[in-house]
Amino acid sequence: MTSLPKNPPQKKLGLVIDLDICVGCHACAVHCKEWNTSGHSAPLTDTDPYGAEPSGVWFNRVHSFEVIGENDEGGRTVHFPKSCLHCDDAPCVTVCPTGASYKREEDGIVLVNADTCIGCKLCSWACPYGAREYDEDAGVMKKCTLCVDKIYNENLPEAERVPACVSTCPSNARHFGDLGNPDSEVSQLVAARGGYDLMPEQGCKPVNKYLPPRETPPAPAFLEPKMDASGILGWVDKLLSR
Amino acid sequence: MAFNPFETPQEDVPLSPPVADEVKPTTCYMCACRCGIRVYLKDGKVKYIDGNPDHPVNKGVLCAKGSAGIMQHYSPARLTKPMLRTGPRGSGEFQEIEWEDALKLATQWLSEARHSDPKKLAFFTGRDQSQSLTGWWATQFGTPNYAAHGGFCSVNMAAAGLYTIGGSFWEFGEPDWDHAKYFMLFGVAEDHDSNPIKMGMGKLKGRDGTKIVSVNPVRTGYSAIADEWVGIRPGADGLFIGALIHELLKAEKVDWSYLVRYTNAPWLVINDPGAADHGLFARTRDGKPLAWDGRIKGAVEADLSDITPLLAGDYILDDGRRVIPAFQLFAQRFMGDDYTPERAADITGITADTIRRIAAELAEVAFEQEITLDIPWTDWAGRRQDKMVGRPVSIHAMRGISAHSNGFHTCRMLHLLQMILGAIDCPGGMRYKPPFPKPCPPGPLPHGLETAPFTPLSGPPIGNPKRPEHLLVDQNGNPARIDKAYSWENPLSIHGLMHMVLHNAWKGDPYKIDVLFMYMANMAWNSAMNVPDTLKYLTDTDAETGDYKIRHFIYSDAYYSETVAYADLILPDTTYLERWDCISLLDRPISEADGPADSIRQPVVEPDRDVRPFQDVLLDLGARLGLPGMVDEDYEPKYPGGYPDYLVNHERAPGIGPLAGWRGEGGKPNPDQLQKYIENGCFWHEKLPESALYFKQANRDYLDYAKAKGWIADAAPIILHLYDETLQTFRLAAEGHGDHQPPDHLRDRVKDYCDPLPFWYPPFEEAAVEEAAFPLSAITQRPMHMYHSWGSQNAWLRQITARNALYMHRDLAAAHDLQDDDWVWVISHHGRIKAPVKTMTGVNRHTVWTWNAIGKRKRAWGLADNAPEAKEGFLLNHVISDLLPEREDGYRYANADPVTGQAAWYDLRVRIEKCERAEASEPQFPPVKPKRNRRVPILRFGAKS
Repeated sequence: MTSLPKNPPQKKLGLVIDLDICVGCHACAVHCKEWNTSGHSAPLTDTDPYGAEPSGVWFNRVHSFEVIGENDEGGRTVHFPKSCLHCDDAPCVTVCPTGASYKREEDGIVLVNADTCIGCKLCSWACPYGAREYDEDAGVMKKCTLCVDKIYNENLPEAERVPACVSTCPSNARHFGDLGNPDSEVSQLVAARGGYDLMPEQGCKPVNKYLPPRETPPAPAFLEPKMDASGILGWVDKLLSR
Repeated sequence: MAFNPFETPQEDVPLSPPVADEVKPTTCYMCACRCGIRVYLKDGKVKYIDGNPDHPVNKGVLCAKGSAGIMQHYSPARLTKPMLRTGPRGSGEFQEIEWEDALKLATQWLSEARHSDPKKLAFFTGRDQSQSLTGWWATQFGTPNYAAHGGFCSVNMAAAGLYTIGGSFWEFGEPDWDHAKYFMLFGVAEDHDSNPIKMGMGKLKGRDGTKIVSVNPVRTGYSAIADEWVGIRPGADGLFIGALIHELLKAEKVDWSYLVRYTNAPWLVINDPGAADHGLFARTRDGKPLAWDGRIKGAVEADLSDITPLLAGDYILDDGRRVIPAFQLFAQRFMGDDYTPERAADITGITADTIRRIAAELAEVAFEQEITLDIPWTDWAGRRQDKMVGRPVSIHAMRGISAHSNGFHTCRMLHLLQMILGAIDCPGGMRYKPPFPKPCPPGPLPHGLETAPFTPLSGPPIGNPKRPEHLLVDQNGNPARIDKAYSWENPLSIHGLMHMVLHNAWKGDPYKIDVLFMYMANMAWNSAMNVPDTLKYLTDTDAETGDYKIRHFIYSDAYYSETVAYADLILPDTTYLERWDCISLLDRPISEADGPADSIRQPVVEPDRDVRPFQDVLLDLGARLGLPGMVDEDYEPKYPGGYPDYLVNHERAPGIGPLAGWRGEGGKPNPDQLQKYIENGCFWHEKLPESALYFKQANRDYLDYAKAKGWIADAAPIILHLYDETLQTFRLAAEGHGDHQPPDHLRDRVKDYCDPLPFWYPPFEEAAVEEAAFPLSAITQRPMHMYHSWGSQNAWLRQITARNALYMHRDLAAAHDLQDDDWVWVISHHGRIKAPVKTMTGVNRHTVWTWNAIGKRKRAWGLADNAPEAKEGFLLNHVISDLLPEREDGYRYANADPVTGQAAWYDLRVRIEKCERAEASEPQFPPVKPKRNRRVPILRFGAKS
């Protein structure tokens, strides 16, 4: 079995996802696929792409569903993007028999080394979030790399060194940064908005955080009618200059 | 180093791999949003596409469609070579031919039509982004039978906007995302336009105290993140909006100053029922409208700045005519019992209290939370204002409220709501995008009443009629156009009626045509109402001659759509990454509210197939035909370099060409223009001076700027039309006044629907069928990741959505003993389809809906025979009739809005009946192509070689 870094990473790169403004457009998912299909874990294979059961490797998937409380008449529609949460206590790492699944000490990113992955899928059983993606064609496990080949890439302008899902998100629902640093913008955002862990009871200590819906302003009182249709002529006295 | 299982082994991860050999900017074409993109090329192939951070439309972001552009570009459904039909239409039996032979044949057919009567050509384009070229080409050919897809998309919204506020939403205007506090989104506005709305909603929600209200029968997409979802019944929006106006008027929550400054609310309307000028504006001898001045107690010219106009009252002019301010007529209608919240509640399904509360919220934000920008400006009268005061209520709507037979008046009502709130082109409100606003209605009239062999039209076929004499009808009122646009049936059909072309051409009503020429429009499938009959229109033959009733059909597209199999000659287009293009201010601009913009596409890769850009082909055909403007004095091609040559060198008027940026001295063509665009990321964007940013309709700096650009004829203020005198001229004609008279069978229709003030009426289909027999509304929407996209076959996008179902409220399902994955018959007055069911709660209880255009015909689009799109996938189009049920006299109107001819897609009424679970939807059509598509078992795009 594989161990987590001896010195727990101080830097914890991850994502903050704002469920208040995610419209479920799948921009993040497709842009992720587009970058990563020629990236660290290339390719993100698609099987039967024009056939009966098109299916492929996606590091990021958006789940759209309705949440309905027991006595809740209407419920709400939720768009929920999900990718690897780069957990502090990543069970997908500790379960790996070959050391292929590992967590980087320098930034906490969880990666899979395709050269040593034997495709046993133990990690996908261990991950409570279902964030692992098995490539049947290549016979190895793949997953979100947090665009490790983009966020440090010196061939790109500095402003563009963020994960593909973040740079492309049209509604600005995705944020990237160091969640190990309480002063970082993402940590501040989590603090201000009450960001939370997904399924904390699993004890994986995910780095990625989700932001809940905001409060809506209170409604004003109904308008007081001043007149009815027959009273329109009252406006005859209203002098308005152009 | 020895392997130690207790330590974390790390691979050597290259952190800075080379990203591309070359990065080229261009413009996306995955939908109609036209974002700036950067295409990353590796080894001559497209590797990655991202959003251009400098581009005014998308500012670096890119949606799912844009990112899936690679799969569109490399799609196996791409056409590869010109094809000539060899089997019967629909068989898909073609032989590949050379371009020269294809162009010769097309020239021959077109030439015959031009020789006998140019209107024998019907030239209709779909998702065409080169309408300033295609429209000009039709003009030079001499046929009035030209339009793009607007008539079956959102012409109600466009026409209502252009006739009411001299602009509209989307390409014409946008919410002030930086200042709005209250945002109302009506109907499936989703992704008209794509990224800017998502960016804007994210921005708005990022500010404290804002609210988004979504009025939509279905709670998906944007409605899911709205602070409030109003699950309205389809087609009832006008009553809801009317009730909001009712509440605001009664409480006098009205921006009086805005109305007298910027609208025709104070203009005096002649009140003389039965007279030839009843309902028209009272005018001076030289045509200036009048208002009643409260101080001098008399009529004054309404455009003067120092008057005190009244909005109510009943006055007598010196010549004895009785007059009433337009606003009073408006207020009387909307304060009456027809628009009470209670009546609206009965029909819309929204409670009266909800309507009252939303009215109160609008008033609170508009009038108690007004915002002030310290930006001095000068008004139309030359008066200096030291600040800009705004009402931070923004509204956006598109196809949802538009695609109904009552859509024109509903859309107009929405603009009237904006007007009384004073929320048009103010800080926080809706903002025009230059070159809008334009005078209501703008620009040229439609042309093409007279046609003659070898003779161009005297002007563009598409325009905006202002009076009955501008219609394209003969002395008996018969339409001049094949789609009956600009006729008494739908006088303001300013985008044409593409959805009626095939029916009318087949029927020979008003006449037969020889050549149908279409571009990028799937008229044999999901762009057609009533697909089964549409296929009949295309395949029916003349008993005497044996020819097809629609004799020749030339089609251009980049992909093997369902329509390809029905054409006689296929001219294969390139993908969007292989072509030059132009997003022109002369067409549907990409401007932002802060200034005009246009852009180009450049070819970033060479085609690897024998295909040509459609615009090159069109100019080539134009030259072969010798069309004026496309050949020089020696009858040689005027643009031998094809479309890029035209983009640089064509001038519509001196100094005005397809592209506005980097023109030469005095506006002359600049040979380096395209290179300048490329260097700037393929777009041009000019920022307005700060003083011209708002109140453009009456802002001296802006109006002078717009005049200098040639967008408006003079710098006079643009008055917003609360009251639409144009419509009254048509109504007067229907009442027997004037020389231009409608046929008798259309008189009542014109009288009823050409109302100068908007009103709500039940959608036509609903009114014509029995409520008990068809108790449900049935509507469609496109998923955001496919909206306006040619993309349902896209290898990545279809992994997200390859199946559609009939979605309905769980209570409705329970009442029919239905559960998820059960199947139903969906039955309309026109036909029935069989479809699988999914239940949900976020949907109006009297409405069923589905994702549109997921259903595909077998073997179209390069998909396998057992693809779910072709098997379980279904279209509601099959049960939507292109014609309304018969009237008493047997006449059948188009299933369309009576003012604009907009296709009334969302008027569909159905019932559902449970049936046995099934493997495949019904109806199924035979496969479009005899050969099987080549199977692609696996796609390893981007694999390291």
